[in-house]
This record gives sequence, C-alpha cells and structure tokens, in this order.
Amino acid sequence: MAKSITQEFVKGLWDEIPPFRLVLGLCPALAVTKSVQDGLGMGMATTFVLLCSNMLVSLLRKVIPPKVRIACFIVVIATFVTVVELVMQAYTYPLFLSLGIFIPLIVVNCIVLGRSEAFAFKQPILPSIADGLGIGIGFTLSLGALGAVREALGNGTLLGHSIFGAGFEPFAFMQEAPGAFVGLGLMLALMNLVGKK
Amino acid sequence: MGDYLVLAISAILVNNILLAQYLGNCPFLGTSKKMETAVGMAAAVVFVLVMAGLITWIVNTFVLQTLGLDYLRTIAFILVIASLVQFVEMFLKKSIPALYAGLGIFLPLITTNCAVMGVCLINVNEEYTFIQALVSSFAYAVGFGLALILFAGVRERVLLGRVPRPLQDTSIALVTAGIISLAFFAFKGMV
Repeated sequence: MAKSITQEFVKGLWDEIPPFRLVLGLCPALAVTKSVQDGLGMGMATTFVLLCSNMLVSLLRKVIPPKVRIACFIVVIATFVTVVELVMQAYTYPLFLSLGIFIPLIVVNCIVLGRSEAFAFKQPILPSIADGLGIGIGFTLSLGALGAVREALGNGTLLGHSIFGAGFEPFAFMQEAPGAFVGLGLMLALMNLVGKK
Repeated sequence: MGDYLVLAISAILVNNILLAQYLGNCPFLGTSKKMETAVGMAAAVVFVLVMAGLITWIVNTFVLQTLGLDYLRTIAFILVIASLVQFVEMFLKKSIPALYAGLGIFLPLITTNCAVMGVCLINVNEEYTFIQALVSSFAYAVGFGLALILFAGVRERVLLGRVPRPLQDTSIALVTAGIISLAFFAFKGMV
C-alpha cells in the first residue's frame, strides 16, 4: 500500500464511488433521493459518520481484538449516528423529518461498516481520514445527482425552483419507488458506459 | 382480528419492505442471483426479524421508555440485533445443524440488513402494541421473502437474455427491480 493520501481521497470520487462502483448503501440511495436537498443532506450525514468512525476505528485498531471487531465497529458507528441524529433534530428539523427513519439506519449502511472493516482497521489514521472523506463525498455527489434527476423529472423543479416552465407535465413515476430503482439502474449503466476501461 | 389482517396485508403487499419502503436492498441484490440463496436468505430473515421485532419492542417499552433513555434507541437496537444474530447462529449450530447448514452463511449478513433494523424502528415509531408488533414483524418479513423470491425468479431468466454491456449485472437488476416494484405499486390504495 504505497498510495498517497491524495490518492486515497480521490479514489472515492470516481474509481470506487459509492453506490455505483461499490454497490453498497443502496437503501438510502433509493429512499432519500426524491429531491436534491434530501440527497445531499443524507450524503453529508453519512460522510460525517464515515469520517468519524474511520478515524476512531483506525486509532483503536491495535486495541480491538479481531474476534469481536464487528461488534466494536457497530458500537462506534452507532455512537456517531446518535450524535448526527440529535444534532439534526436540533438544527435542521425539516430535513430530520423528511429523512425520518433513514437517519438511524445509517448504522446499518454497509458502506460505513465496509470501510471500517476493509480499510480503517488496517491503515493508519491519515489515510483512513482521507478514505472516509473521499468515499463520503463521493456518496454525497451520487445522491445529489440521483436526487437532481428524480426531482427534475418527477417534479419539474431543482432545489425547489421550477426549471421546465408551466407547460411541463411531471412524471410522477420518478418520484415513486419504481422510478428510484429504474433511475439508479440507468445511472449505473451510464457510469459503466462512460468509465469503460 | 380484522385489524390485524389489514395490518398484515398492508405490510406484505402495499408497504412492501423492499419495493415500497426501500429497506434491505443490499441483500436483495446480493442474494437474488440464484433461487437457492434467495430462499435461504428469505427464511433467515423471517426467523430473525420476528425475534428481533419482539425483543426490541420489549427493550424499548420496558427499558428505554421506563428509564427515559429514548436517545439510546439506535445503539440499543443495533446491539440487540447483532447479539441476537450471533446467539441464533450459535444455537442453530449446536442444536439444529441441518437448519444451520441451510441458513448458516446468511445469518451474519442479517446484522447489516436494514430491513431488520427498519422494521424494529417502524414498530416503535408507530407505537404498535405487542401483538401488532408481532404481526407487523412477521408480515414485513414475509413481504421481504416474497419480493426476494419473485425477483430471483425473474433474475434467473434475465441471465439468459442478451443484455447490452453497460447494463449488465447490477444495472439490469435495478431496472428489473423497478418493474417488479411497479407491479407492487398497483396495490397502493388497497388498504
């Protein structure tokens, strides 16, 4: 592992961008991307948890016995998720309401646990921070992009501003569950097409 | 009795955990390539989800709420689920090896299955009674199994088709899931 810190950071933005390249953390990607705002909010909450848990797991990697590591990771992650939950409830209440059950569910977001297991447990603190931040920002961008597509087509707006004019008939389909699946599938196909090696 | 039936139908079909509530999608895509693994996962989820639903309900009502520790809910629930999964795994290994061989590899995956945690949270948020929590946990789990097995069946056929390269694997799976989800969408307004 001779990768530089910058490389660890950058890989999260394209090479391993979740949820497209790393097919993990699909539930929030599908559920909270009805609008750009929700997508970005969820992404930022996840980034915070990912960053903090990577940092702490990396610091504790010599102390945690390998046999019970998963349980330890979960406790660390759950702690930060509770922090996020309380902070969001206090300062961004409307966002807290619209994300609802998906905030506590960051605990079981496979991306966070996956990064602890696959990366932070084996690496020193600086690369772990870079990795957590990179993957987190990548995830935020993906959710924002999917949110933009779904909000634009499903509601005719972007961040609440009308973009297509009054004559536009929104596809209600894109706002509902089926649209989420199809939208994510097609974006994944687009990524494959563009990033073909 | 009628109320419970409505609750069950709405949890299985109308608010299907996978296709309408978007929970548990990682195992949904991960274990649906073959029918066998899909059935194994579905069975494991039914088993764990019912137990987790009941235990978290008890923990929430008698421990967290009595002591005013609501803010610890996330941590408490995930610990209950993680230790329950571990316990079930050890128990099955010792006493019912045949079942363990069938479910074995799927059990650890369930800890991070957000459907389990999600249903536990729904039960609490909706302030269900004990019996309602039991019915809803079971019905959500059955809905999960139903969607997973249906999806695995469709996906086995898709494997035989000629799919354009960029769409292969996960991408076509998501589009397929979208179409199945559209079918389930028709149940909206039933309850």
